Amino acid sequence: MIISVPKESFKGEKRVALTPESATQIQKLGHTLRIQSGAGKTAEFSDAEYQAADVEVVSGEAIWTDTDIVMKVRGVNDEEAEKLVAGTTLISFFWPAQNEALLEKLAGANVNVIAMDCVPRLSRSQKMDALSSMANIGGYRAVVEAANQFGRFFTGQVTAAGKVPPAKVLVIGAGVAGLAAIGAAKSMGAIVRAFDTRLEAKEQVESLGGEFLVLEFEEDGSGEGGYAKTMSKEFIDAEMAMFAEQAKEVDIIITTALIPGKPAPELITKAMVESMKSGSVIVDLAAEQGGNCKLSKADKIVTHKGVKIIGYTDLPSRLATQSSQLYSTNLRHMLTDLTPEKDGQVDINMDDEVIRGATAVHEGKVTWPAPAPKLSAAPAAAPKPTPVIAEPAPEMSAATKAKMTFGAMGAGLLALLGVGSVAPPDFMSHFTVFVLACFVGYQVIWSVTPALHTPLMSVTNAISGIIVVGALLQISSPSGLVVFLAFIAVLIATINIAGGFLVTQRMLKMFNKG
Amino acid sequence: MSMGTITAAYVAAAILFILSLSGLSNQESSRRGNWYGIIGMTIAIVATILNPAVDSYGWLIIAMVIGGAIGARFALKVEMTEMPELVAILHSFVGLAAVLVGFATYFDPTANFSGAAKTIHDVEIYLGVLIGAVTFTGSVVAFGKLSGRIGSAPLLLPARHWLNLGILVLCILIGKWFLGAEHGAGTTALIIMTLLAFAFGVHMVMAIGGADMPVVISMLNSYSGWAAAATGFMLSNDLLIVVGALVGSSGAILSYIMCRAMNRNFVSVIMGGFGTTSGDAAEGGEQGEAIPISAEEVAQMVGDASEVVIVPGYGMAVANAQHPVSDLTKILTDKGVNVRFAIHPVAGRMPGHMNVLLAEANVPYDLVLEMDEINEDFPETDVVIVIGANDIVNPAALENPNSPIAGMPVLEVWNAKTVIVSKRSMATGYAGVENPLFFKENTRMLFGDAKDSVDAIRGAL
Repeated sequence: MIISVPKESFKGEKRVALTPESATQIQKLGHTLRIQSGAGKTAEFSDAEYQAADVEVVSGEAIWTDTDIVMKVRGVNDEEAEKLVAGTTLISFFWPAQNEALLEKLAGANVNVIAMDCVPRLSRSQKMDALSSMANIGGYRAVVEAANQFGRFFTGQVTAAGKVPPAKVLVIGAGVAGLAAIGAAKSMGAIVRAFDTRLEAKEQVESLGGEFLVLEFEEDGSGEGGYAKTMSKEFIDAEMAMFAEQAKEVDIIITTALIPGKPAPELITKAMVESMKSGSVIVDLAAEQGGNCKLSKADKIVTHKGVKIIGYTDLPSRLATQSSQLYSTNLRHMLTDLTPEKDGQVDINMDDEVIRGATAVHEGKVTWPAPAPKLSAAPAAAPKPTPVIAEPAPEMSAATKAKMTFGAMGAGLLALLGVGSVAPPDFMSHFTVFVLACFVGYQVIWSVTPALHTPLMSVTNAISGIIVVGALLQISSPSGLVVFLAFIAVLIATINIAGGFLVTQRMLKMFNKG
Repeated sequence: MSMGTITAAYVAAAILFILSLSGLSNQESSRRGNWYGIIGMTIAIVATILNPAVDSYGWLIIAMVIGGAIGARFALKVEMTEMPELVAILHSFVGLAAVLVGFATYFDPTANFSGAAKTIHDVEIYLGVLIGAVTFTGSVVAFGKLSGRIGSAPLLLPARHWLNLGILVLCILIGKWFLGAEHGAGTTALIIMTLLAFAFGVHMVMAIGGADMPVVISMLNSYSGWAAAATGFMLSNDLLIVVGALVGSSGAILSYIMCRAMNRNFVSVIMGGFGTTSGDAAEGGEQGEAIPISAEEVAQMVGDASEVVIVPGYGMAVANAQHPVSDLTKILTDKGVNVRFAIHPVAGRMPGHMNVLLAEANVPYDLVLEMDEINEDFPETDVVIVIGANDIVNPAALENPNSPIAGMPVLEVWNAKTVIVSKRSMATGYAGVENPLFFKENTRMLFGDAKDSVDAIRGAL
C-alpha cells in the first residue's frame, strides 16, 4: 500500500512521522513510501536522505492524493481532514476525547483512524507505545531545560576555589517521564528524590539511583492500565505536607503527575513556590492539562519571586530528531502488526486487542473508546506467585542425617564382617584394596573442576583400558579359545588406552587462559 | 622380572593414576596429570609383558599395534562436538573387554580352585561378565542415540519395570545354576546370562531420553570402572581393582552431580522417561507473546553494553556455532565489553561438554564460569545471549512448583537487563515444558539457526 507522510502543520512542531532508517524497515513489509518535501527538515532529515532510502519525495499538496495511508505525528486539523478521501487510513496521535467532532467528521468521510495515543498498555504493545516514547523524551528534556535555567552545577565538586554542593532534584510522579527525568538528573550528578503514589514505582526509582520518598500511610495508588488513580483526602494532605517540606530543601522540582481524563492534580501551591530558594526551577510536565503547579502557564516560563516555572508542552518536539526516531519506530511496529503477511496489505484486525484499542474509526463507524484492557501493564501489585525454591533433596534435620550416616556405616561394617567371616583371607586383602581405592577415588574426583569433566571422562576411559593387563596374562594360554578371546580383548583395550589418552591430550591443549 | 618387581611396578602405576586424576583439579596441572596417566599405563603394560608367564609376544604385539592405531585415529579425527559419542563407544570397549576376559578366565584350563575359593572365583567371573555385558550394549545404544543413528526419544515398553525385574531375577537364578555346575560345565549358563545382560543394557538405555544423556554417560563410565574392578577380583590383580574403583567412583560422582543439577533422582533417571508421570507438562496458562529481534539490533545492543554473558546449550553444539561465538567474544572484548560464559552442569550431552567446545574455539577458560559462580552477577549484566539452551534457563523451575522441572537449579538469566534467546523456533525443550522466559518483558527472541544468527550479529558489528 502507499503510505504518505505530510509535513506537520501545527505551529512549532518539529517532529516527523518517518525517518530514513525506519523507512527501510517499513518497505520490507511491502509498502511504498512517500514524503512531502521538507517534512524532515526540522528534525534534521534532508530530502536527499529520504531519497537515498527509496522514499519518493513529493512536493506540495500532491502528498494528500492517491494514497492509502497517511502517517502523521499530530492529528489532522479541519483543513487537512477535508483532504482525506474515503477509504484512507490515518495513523497519528489523535486524542479522541478532546476531538470528538473531528472524529465524527472523519467517520462520516469513511476515513479509518488509528490513534497512537490509544494503544493499550500491554506488554506486547510496548514496542508501539508512542506515549511512553514521548514521555521518556519529555522527562529527559525536562532536566535539560531545568539545567538551562538553573544557575549552578548539578554535580557537587570540590574545586580549587571551594566546594560546590550538588543540586537536589525532586521528581513527582515516577511514570515513564518521571523515571527518564530521574535517570537524566542522576547521571548529571544531582541528588534525586522521587515520589509516586504507586508503591510499585519504588523499586524502579531505586534502580535508577533515586531516593524514593515514602509517606507513612497505607494506600496504594495503582489504577487500571498502569496509571495512577485519585487518592483519598487524608493521603493527599500527608502528601502535600511532605511536598511543602521538600520544597524548602530542593533546588529543582519536576512534576509529571497526570490522571487520565482529569485535570492535572495541583501539587505545588503558591506558598510552596514562595518557600523555595531564589534561583530554583520548577518544570511542570502537566502544564497542558492545567499544571501540577498553581503558577505554571502552558508554553511559558514564569518567574515568581526568583523561582522559574517552566510550562513547556512541546518538550518531545524540542528533541525532534530523537522523538522522530522513536515515534517512527513505534509506527513501524504498528505497521508490522497491521501487515501480518508482510505483503503490503494492511488488515485492521478488530479481534487483535492492541489494534482494536488503537482504532478510533473503522469503516465509517466511531469505535472509540475501546473496551478497557484487562491487564495492568505493571502487575507488580497483583498477587505474585511466590517463588518456590524447591529443595534439591527432602529436608532432613542434622540429627536424622547423622543417624542415617551412622546407620549406613553400621550396616556397611556388618556387611564387611559378614563377608569377612566366610571369605578366604586372600579375597579379603583384595577387598581391602578395593574399598580403599573407592575412598581415594571419592576424595580425588570431588576436587576435579567441573570445566574438566569431559577430559576426566576420557582419561578414565583411557585408564580403564588397564583391563588389558588381564588380557595380556591370558594371551599366552595353551588354550586356543582363550588366546582368541584375549587377543580381541587386548585389541579393544588398547584402542581405549591410545584413544583415551590422545583425545584427552588434544582437549587439554585447547584450554588456554586469556 | 620377578613377581616382587612387578608388584612394585603396579603400585607405582596405581599412584600415577591417582595423581593423573587429581591433576584435573585445575587447568594448569591437567596436562601434567594426563602425562602421569600415560606413564602409569606404560609402566603397567611393560611390567605385565615382562611377566615370565607372558610369552606369546607375536599375538600381543599385533593386537596392540592394531588397537593403538585404531585408537589414535579415533582420537585425532574426532570433532569436539562428537566427544560424547567417542566417550560412549570407548565405554563399550571396556565393557566388551571385561566380558571377553571373563570368558577367557572361565575357560582357562590352568585355573585350579576348590571349595569357597572356587565359589568366590565363579561369583567374580559371573559378576564381571554381567557388568561388562550391560556396559557394552548400554554404551553402544548410548553411542547410537548420541550420534543420531537411533532416535533420542525414550523407548517406553509396556511394563518395562517388570521386564527389568524379570531379567534381574532370571540372572540370579541362572547364577545359582552356574555356581552349582561343575568346572567348565557352566558355559551354557554363562552364555545365557550374557545374552540377558546384553538385552538389559539395550533396554535400559533405550528408555532414557536425549537430555538425560549426561547422567547415562557418567553412569556407564561408572559401570565400566566396576567391570574393570570385577575383572581385577577374578584375576586377583590389585592394580585392576584400584583402577576400576577409581573409575567407578569417578563415574558415580559425576552421575550424582548431573542428577543434582537436574534435581532428578538417580533411580528415576535410570528408570527412564521424563514426563511419564507428570501430566501437566504443557500447563502454563496464558503466556503472552514473544518479541522477535533482528541480528542488527542485537549487534547494536551488545556493542553498547558493558557486561555481556553468553549461555550456550546443546543447540550451539548442534549448529557448530562455537567458532563464530568465539570470534564474537573477541570482537566485543576488543571493544571493551566484558564478555563471559555461563555453563550449566548439564548443558550439552555430557559433563563439561560446553567447556571443551569453547576451549576448542579458543575461548580463554577464565571467561567460562560455572552456574554457581555467575548466578549472582546477572542483575548487573546488560545483555545475556542464550544460544541453543532452554530448560537450563527456565524460570518455571523456581517459580512454578507444579512444573516437571521444579527445583532444578537454573541460570537466572531473566535478572539481567535484556535477554536475547537465539533459537530455531518456539518449540519446547527436552522436558516438554513451556519456557516463560521467552515471554518476559526483557526477553527478545532471535529466531534462526544458532550459527547463522551469531554470524549475522558478528557481521553487523
